[in-house]
Amino acid sequence: MTQTGHVPGAGTSAALATERARKEMLRDARIERRGGPRPRIGADALCEALLMQGSNIIWGYPGGVILPLYDVLVDHPGLRHILVRHEQAAAHAADGFARASGKVGVCLGTSGPGATNLVTGIGTSMLDSVPVVAITGNVPGVLLGKDAFQEIDITGITLPMTKHNYLIRSADEIPHAIAEAFHIARSGRPGPVHVDITKDALMGETTAPHPTQAEVEAGLPGYRPKLDGHARQIKVLADAIAASKRPVILAGHGILIAQAERELLELARKAQIPVAWTLLGIGVIDESDPLAYGYMGMHGWKHVNRAIQSADLLIGIGMRYDDRVTGNVRTFAPSATIVHVDIDPAEIGKNVVADIPIVGDAKHVLEALIPLTPSVAPAARADYFAELATWRTESESSAWHGSGGWRDGVLSADFVVERIAEGSNHDANLTADVGQNQMWVARYGGFKRANSHLSSGGLGTMGFALPAAMGAAVAVPEKTSWAIAGDGGFQMTLQELATIVQERIPVKIALMDNKKLGMIRQWQEIVYAGNYHSEQLAGPDYLKLCDAYGLPAWKVSKPEEVDAAVAAALAVDGPALIWFEIAERQNVYPMMPAGKGLSDLIDKWGDDGEDVTEGSSGPRVDPTDPNAPKGGSK
Amino acid sequence: MSGAPNSAAGAALARALPGSGDARRHLIVAIVNNRPGVLNRVASLMRARNFNIESLAVSVTERSDTSRMTLTILGDEVHVEQATKQLYKLIDVLKVEDVTDSAIVEHELALIKVRVTSKSRPELVSLAEMHHGRVVDLGDDAVIVEIVGEPGDVDRVVELLREFGIKELVRTGSVVMARGSGSIEEQVKR
Repeated sequence: MTQTGHVPGAGTSAALATERARKEMLRDARIERRGGPRPRIGADALCEALLMQGSNIIWGYPGGVILPLYDVLVDHPGLRHILVRHEQAAAHAADGFARASGKVGVCLGTSGPGATNLVTGIGTSMLDSVPVVAITGNVPGVLLGKDAFQEIDITGITLPMTKHNYLIRSADEIPHAIAEAFHIARSGRPGPVHVDITKDALMGETTAPHPTQAEVEAGLPGYRPKLDGHARQIKVLADAIAASKRPVILAGHGILIAQAERELLELARKAQIPVAWTLLGIGVIDESDPLAYGYMGMHGWKHVNRAIQSADLLIGIGMRYDDRVTGNVRTFAPSATIVHVDIDPAEIGKNVVADIPIVGDAKHVLEALIPLTPSVAPAARADYFAELATWRTESESSAWHGSGGWRDGVLSADFVVERIAEGSNHDANLTADVGQNQMWVARYGGFKRANSHLSSGGLGTMGFALPAAMGAAVAVPEKTSWAIAGDGGFQMTLQELATIVQERIPVKIALMDNKKLGMIRQWQEIVYAGNYHSEQLAGPDYLKLCDAYGLPAWKVSKPEEVDAAVAAALAVDGPALIWFEIAERQNVYPMMPAGKGLSDLIDKWGDDGEDVTEGSSGPRVDPTDPNAPKGGSK
Repeated sequence: MSGAPNSAAGAALARALPGSGDARRHLIVAIVNNRPGVLNRVASLMRARNFNIESLAVSVTERSDTSRMTLTILGDEVHVEQATKQLYKLIDVLKVEDVTDSAIVEHELALIKVRVTSKSRPELVSLAEMHHGRVVDLGDDAVIVEIVGEPGDVDRVVELLREFGIKELVRTGSVVMARGSGSIEEQVKR
């Protein structure tokens, strides 16, 4: 046995470096700070860079290779690290933080499983264009590719689901990479940026300065988001508005991102155009505004979908005509000239053919459009708005709407959402989970304010509500933060109850417990002919669960108990939970079956025999099926 | 709106879907940062968005900090436009251009190892030379022919050599350059 032992390529400088790195991984790497100043290392540069970007909250979870950062956190007291219970929650919390505040959210994990646990949250931010910087540690540079302990090719994993990502192998690169990551995350069409940093980069000494914003932008010749729309196209749009008889604005998330709510309202008022919105567009306009027409799409209001189907001009702004919006594209808005305003050129023409495409930031385009748009007197559109009002009345008098609190003799979900919104003066941030609860929040949340609705729209991530509401609560402490989750999604991330208790994050949780995977059950009922499978969901006694976590909780199963419980939860100085036992078989109506069009809404409650569907619809509930839902009591 | 495909479509309900045109071969040039992983970003994007790369050639440019990629993609206009827009969204992609219908020089290089005998060798060498091929390795029972030209020219030579018995064939894929004084590289805004 020689001195070099079993080292591959023993004696070469590469082998020696690998060996040094291996020892470094194993030894206690605590930086000597007692007795005088210590050198600035990569981890310090990272903390400084975060603070310089205005980020003082990190959602994270420690682990082996990221420990050098935790070792210096004490020296950067401006940074608050919030310890979650699972990295997925860190990513969702950073996402919720960003959605509620418009600032960049930051999450942190170690290499390997810490990093892969962040992935679901990063994907959620990607699909919804949310600015998040996700930071992970990785094994020392020389061990990369050696399948070292907790090594995984995480930049390879996040590459297709981030706006950009980095593998940083030297401390000197950290200041520039972090500044660039923030710039990319928040500008143009926002999105998550992942920065993977090796342990030796975190530990290496560095004097590298932080770049200015101008230096960052100059270093990105391949990234110049286009903000101003094409002047001629904007004129074409103004002329189209002047010529239209039945215009509809379809407002999306891009308006919130661009903070163009005021301009949207100005345009709508000046040209007398009703405003419909997508799921992520909720909050672009006060829902009680006379020009606010409603939420559209697969589970949108029937009258809103009807308006879109009868529009002669559909002005999509800051949205992407995704399949939950259009349904069958061939039958979508058949009479409309389609306008598509979006900052991302790749969205134009991707899902629908745009007759008037405009690439630009929603605020810039609206600012240029408004002066060119003719003022329309309300009287000129009186017939149009009268028809829209009739449709709205019809839609709101449908059997599935206005339950008065009861479905099947049990508490109804839509009522609960309405009362939560009302009890919070329509000023709280409501974070939905995914599934039926998400659609109830979207339809019945009564939103009045931008960024007050948080929902995983694109990726549809169950388990989103609690951690994202946690992020929103920290980001906007002056507003109440509700997490409205079904029992399915809640059970995916309920470990964060410990986080909100430990960190005293005042999230109010509305657990909508139907003891089912409700949307799965609904699809199996309607689309899969009642062939139910895996939709029954057992859960714990949630009062005992909350008691175990030290969280005040109430159980509510009657409509008349709802308001008092909401008031009680709001009165708690800290987190609280209300366990709503809701109807087990309540469906979200109307519903557009996948592959169908906006005119093909299934629009009935129960099996009372009256077919109130409009147009051709998908498979029907078999009235003879003993498993079919019972008619709703009204 | 004139040109609107669906104006007053009424009950006809036939909004055109994006990308319903005729598929053909497109030549895309991308100027990218010369950094580790950029090729992976391009390849990953094309895979994830369901674009099929028929050929891809990459090399460094006049500037050592940038590389140039030439991709050939099969698809209709909308499909390929979508590919170029998605490519341009990559931070490391500085410039993308579909040069299919531009005045360009398009060339590729092929090395073809052909089985020979003492009898067939002279015939093969003269055939190769007649088609502007070059014999770059001459062995007793095999020769390597190098051919540079438009892909169609390369195809023709490969066909001709096939009867001798091709042992091995490698093609670089197309590289292209605009005719005249225009330069894609100079269009990169720095």
